[in-house]
Amino acid sequence: MAETKAKKRPPKKDVLGDYGVSVDMGLELMRQMLLYRRFEEKAEEGYAIGKIGGFCHLHIGQEGAAAGSIKALRVDDYVISSYRSHTQAIAKGVQPTAVMAELYGRADGASGGKGGSMHIFGADVNFMGGHGIVGAQVPLATGYGWKIKYRGEDSVVVCFMGDAAVNQGAFHESLNMAAVWDLPVIYVVEHNEYGMGTAFNRVSTTGMEEKSGPHGVTGVSVDGQDVLATFALFKKLVADVRAGSGSYFVNLETYRFRGHSMSDPVSGTYRSTEEVEHHKKEKDPISVLRERLFDAGVLDQERLEEMDAEARQIAADAADFAEASPVPDPDRLYANVWAEVNPNGRLFFDGRSRD
Amino acid sequence: MAVMTYRDALNAALREEMILDPDVFLMGEEVAEYDGAYKVSKGLLDEFGERRVVDSPISELGFAGLGVGAAMAGLRPVIEFMTFNFAFLALDQVINNATKLHYMSDGQFKVPIVFRGPTGAALQLSAQHSQACETYYTHAPGCKVVTPGTPADAKGLLKAAIRDDDPVAFMEGETLYSLKGEVPDDDDFIIPLGVADLKREGSDVSIITHGKMIHVALQAAGKLEKDGIEADVLDLRTIRPLDMDAILETVAKTNRVVYLEEGWPFAGTGAQIVSMIQEEAFDHLDAPIRRVTQADIPMPYAKNLENLAKPSANRVVEACNQVLYR
Repeated sequence: MAETKAKKRPPKKDVLGDYGVSVDMGLELMRQMLLYRRFEEKAEEGYAIGKIGGFCHLHIGQEGAAAGSIKALRVDDYVISSYRSHTQAIAKGVQPTAVMAELYGRADGASGGKGGSMHIFGADVNFMGGHGIVGAQVPLATGYGWKIKYRGEDSVVVCFMGDAAVNQGAFHESLNMAAVWDLPVIYVVEHNEYGMGTAFNRVSTTGMEEKSGPHGVTGVSVDGQDVLATFALFKKLVADVRAGSGSYFVNLETYRFRGHSMSDPVSGTYRSTEEVEHHKKEKDPISVLRERLFDAGVLDQERLEEMDAEARQIAADAADFAEASPVPDPDRLYANVWAEVNPNGRLFFDGRSRD
Repeated sequence: MAVMTYRDALNAALREEMILDPDVFLMGEEVAEYDGAYKVSKGLLDEFGERRVVDSPISELGFAGLGVGAAMAGLRPVIEFMTFNFAFLALDQVINNATKLHYMSDGQFKVPIVFRGPTGAALQLSAQHSQACETYYTHAPGCKVVTPGTPADAKGLLKAAIRDDDPVAFMEGETLYSLKGEVPDDDDFIIPLGVADLKREGSDVSIITHGKMIHVALQAAGKLEKDGIEADVLDLRTIRPLDMDAILETVAKTNRVVYLEEGWPFAGTGAQIVSMIQEEAFDHLDAPIRRVTQADIPMPYAKNLENLAKPSANRVVEACNQVLYR
């Protein structure tokens, strides 16, 4: 974030601009996005010093997507996502300590150290996981929608995916079924322009906003770097879906400020340094909101710095917690392969002792 | 006891479990208005309505995944594949999601789902419609695999599969649907997973098999009997969990084993069983174990070629004679 000079501010209002978002919520969204940013930077640091292994996909630059959508939900609403989901787990209510401990592969991790960065789960807050196969989480989300309708409940499902997922059959089969059965699911593409290193327009001749129409699912586009616009949109969509409107498709336009994963440089073969710098300068969701809050006179530099210090502290505490957490006990190796161990017959065939 | 077809036994199991548990629903291609491609779900739409008996689009990946999600969220779906030949499209949802979510989430989510439908060859349906698919599912930890060969087993095992808290691949036989047999009509008739069944007793040689191959094994045993050879025919009934005790018992009794399966030999079910027998019962063996499988080729269409490709009673007799050094 670049520093900005204090200007004369208009008086405080309860509601921010044209968005209908309360001042309290605007400040909360800022707190959340700062937390996500500082958390991911801490994860980046942990990866660099070898505390985190495997694949690790950061959400830096896309914080508005997580905050603006998930903060419009109830705890009994469902969220499911791809492998870029640390911040979405936190937004849904998984503790940052549990997320970081999972990245570290520790016993207190959100998935007991069995999932890692790509597979954070939080059953108690209906965070249904980070998923590692592109698009494969979309049918699962459709199934949560099915269950909600089957039981006559009024919760809502938000299903995140990257832009590459819309070229998978799983996406199209799911949207078709959601439309046929009027399921309460909001399918959200975080359109950061690249599926790994392949620009979306190189693998699709139609635009993202056109992807849901053929299935009869209403599509909406939003500037995901504008968290107030995103939040306002999701408030409306969630209310509609809860009232029985059926599914929506959201083309949430965003941009990733880091590489695809920790092994991918920020810029290089498929996008230029200038392009990335342009987005960081003009379309950083935290800077965009900061200007809005400054202009509304509800936040100043000093308070922002306090909020940022709090976010850094939570991230640092999460790393300390993860570091202090033990590695999973070896006796967890065979735990939870089966939900039901039948009294008869063998289930394991490796010939190893499991005592 | 009532005499009923394998098809009606499956229907009874579905109906009884749907009455007992409101979270059980059936989804798949043609299961509702058409009564099921093989009429297994006949009458269920009328009885339970379209909320619980659901015609899906032809989207195997999609509706299998929908079922996995519904199971994660607390329902108990029965997902019908018109045949397991079509379920390759859904394998990602079965293997990467259904079988792994319990482990990856360290037990936070259960996936109590049954994927059911016919496996193996019927008659002259050629290569894409004639393959035994068990090993794709037995290969993955987290998936139980059930292969009933009689009407009674079909009913008792399907009820057990629906009540089980794990994903179950429940693999039927296209040519078994009209097979008649005695079936208990008690709605608490359950055959627990993991219990093999000795379909015939003998002391000279063990034919171990599963699914609809039990009928080929029994036919072979009948031919052997004429030569004074008595075969044990052990029906595994479920491949995971596997009743290894029953396998070791028959091996200790006869000391000679033939494994018969409908699928291909490479890394087949028989390959696993043979490996375990040599590890755990080597001293009981009087001869190398033989396997009888489908020819190692895609299934041809022409009737004569198809017959040559399928495992047959004559091939089983031949294998038994080999292990008996006759």
